Amino acid sequence: MTVPLANPVVALVGNPNAGKTSLFNALTGSRQKVGNYPGVTVERKAGRLAMPDGRTAELIDLPGTYSLTPRSPDEAVTRDAVLGALPGEKRLDAIIAVVDATNLRNHLRFVLELRRLGLPLIVALNMVDLAERDGTTIDAAQLATILGLPVIATVAVRRRGLEALGEAVAATLRNTPARAADAGEADIRLLQREARAIADTVTLSQGARRRWSARLDAVALHPVAGPLLLAVLLFAMFQGVFAWAEAPMQWLASLVIAGQNAATAALPDGVWRSLIVDGVLGGVGAVVVFLPQILILFFFILCLEQSGYMVRAAFLMDKMMASVGLNGRAFIPLISSFACAVPGIMATRTIDSPKDRLTTILIAPLMTCSARLPVYAVVIGAFIPATRVGWFGLKIFGLQGLVLFGLYVAGVVGALVAAWALRHTVTKGPSPTFLMEMPKYQWPEPRDIGIGLYQRAKAFVARAGGIILLSTIALWALATWPKPPADWDRPALEYSFAGRIGLALEPVFRPIGFNKEIALALVPGMAAREVAVSALGTVYSLQGTDADHSAGLIEKLRGQWELPTALAFLAWFVFAPQCISTLAVTRRETGGWAWPAFMFTYLFAAAYVAAGVTYWTAKALL
Amino acid sequence: MTSARLALLLEHLPAGTPATITAIDRGGIDPHTAQRLHELGFDEGVDVELLHRAPFGGDPLAVRVGNMVVALRRSMARLIEIDAVTPA
Repeated sequence: MTVPLANPVVALVGNPNAGKTSLFNALTGSRQKVGNYPGVTVERKAGRLAMPDGRTAELIDLPGTYSLTPRSPDEAVTRDAVLGALPGEKRLDAIIAVVDATNLRNHLRFVLELRRLGLPLIVALNMVDLAERDGTTIDAAQLATILGLPVIATVAVRRRGLEALGEAVAATLRNTPARAADAGEADIRLLQREARAIADTVTLSQGARRRWSARLDAVALHPVAGPLLLAVLLFAMFQGVFAWAEAPMQWLASLVIAGQNAATAALPDGVWRSLIVDGVLGGVGAVVVFLPQILILFFFILCLEQSGYMVRAAFLMDKMMASVGLNGRAFIPLISSFACAVPGIMATRTIDSPKDRLTTILIAPLMTCSARLPVYAVVIGAFIPATRVGWFGLKIFGLQGLVLFGLYVAGVVGALVAAWALRHTVTKGPSPTFLMEMPKYQWPEPRDIGIGLYQRAKAFVARAGGIILLSTIALWALATWPKPPADWDRPALEYSFAGRIGLALEPVFRPIGFNKEIALALVPGMAAREVAVSALGTVYSLQGTDADHSAGLIEKLRGQWELPTALAFLAWFVFAPQCISTLAVTRRETGGWAWPAFMFTYLFAAAYVAAGVTYWTAKALL
Repeated sequence: MTSARLALLLEHLPAGTPATITAIDRGGIDPHTAQRLHELGFDEGVDVELLHRAPFGGDPLAVRVGNMVVALRRSMARLIEIDAVTPA
């Protein structure tokens, strides 16, 4: 008998779509620690596995991979962790290989590859219920005998087999001292043939092949019905993100305003009150009002991912994405960016080719995010007449809505052109092919959705929230000091550092039709684009709440701006590079300041040209 | 009903026709992609079936390989030779 290990480390390893994350969630519950592996943007998920003998082990959910030959940073982490070569990670004491019982012929090959390492290995034969439903029966005992490994039948979503799995892990840790991993290149084709032979031996009856998935695919991948279904799903997603989020966003905004009013009443007039009301509460407000949208967006994305539909969407869109040098997988991160580029850029981690991923990150800010909407709303409200247009006497389209739609289209077209241009210059290189497993359809599991939603929302608040809060406070400070002298009769903002920066920038913006007030508003707009609206309100010396602001501001702008200037301002915001959170997330995901600097420069140039062309064209025509 | 075997490229396989992979032109792809093809179950002797062609130009393709459905572009399917079982 060996001495029990003090703090054993066990990892879940398996093919993507084997149900690994569901099993991890079922084994560890919601108390998971999510972090990053040092130096790479790969998520590290760990939790505690309670074994029936009362001991616990640290359980790590390693990124899904098809083999130990990595093709992406995620897959490299799995290989290094399994080989005990990952910096900062303890060597594994045991591995649980998760295999999909409905796809044994393919998944067993990876088990055979893992078995060569000599580490204690337990096979979790997952989703046996789905195999049974298809009419497939697998002799788990015979499989264990042939492999020489413990094999436990599990159904992660029904919590079946979890105790037996814990018992097997405990027994393995008791009996087998962990040996050094021995890495040798495996001949994948030989292992694959061996796997197929074993699978055929232990499969007592082979059921119909995923009848439900085939039926759903007949619709989802149909040449006509497929794109229609995708359009309907995306419409529902947008409807959800923008319509359902509206009420909670207003509650949160009024909660923040109530807090600001309470603080204004409680504190004496001065710098501290200003800091708390405009800096801290203003910054918190800018973060929390976006949370409902972000949560709804993540909810839809998690459902699409877990149901298996996401790969179908990538399949439908691949041809279009390929025409600009991208891959079908870039579609969902770009769609997410319509709510906010921050979660969109975070979602690019699923793109395995580094150059495809970088290109997708660089064009994500061109998707019209929801922070641009308040800006568009004010300017369109002020300058575009609320008339209806149409053809042949059928005036079915509101002109204002049409202009808004045009701005969205301009963003998408701009993104496609930018992707094409980037793929031929800075991210030049062979485009990897589109080659993906299409998993069977599954009902999203509420527990997995809940845990995923919590983790992604936490990551968003941690990554974007802190930056928005800090930049709001920093910009508040820049807009507050130095204080103007007593005889200053112009807006105090003009005297401050932010005002002086704006005034210094004014000559740069004058050729594209921007006036001094716009230049002043663009600086505070760095915190979040919609802040540009309240900054304009400040510049035009408006008082009162935000709601009063936009109504008053629309009147004010009508009197102050020429139409070409307003159109140029809209064109500027199609590209609008000024969003600190997007730049910070880009720095995090690309591992340095070079790419965010490039992103800022190219978007600035594009915005400048677009605004200039719009201004001078409008000048010439009007 | 008798049947005949017909040598084809996977790219040209009509939907719903059972077939068997006879050869994969590994020279036409980089080793990583070739490895991924194998990981997804493509191999000589494995049965395949073309399920769907994507809208907008029929590219990419959805192919059943063994028990799995895999999406791949036509440029890749061009490198896979098959024997189709066609009713005579």
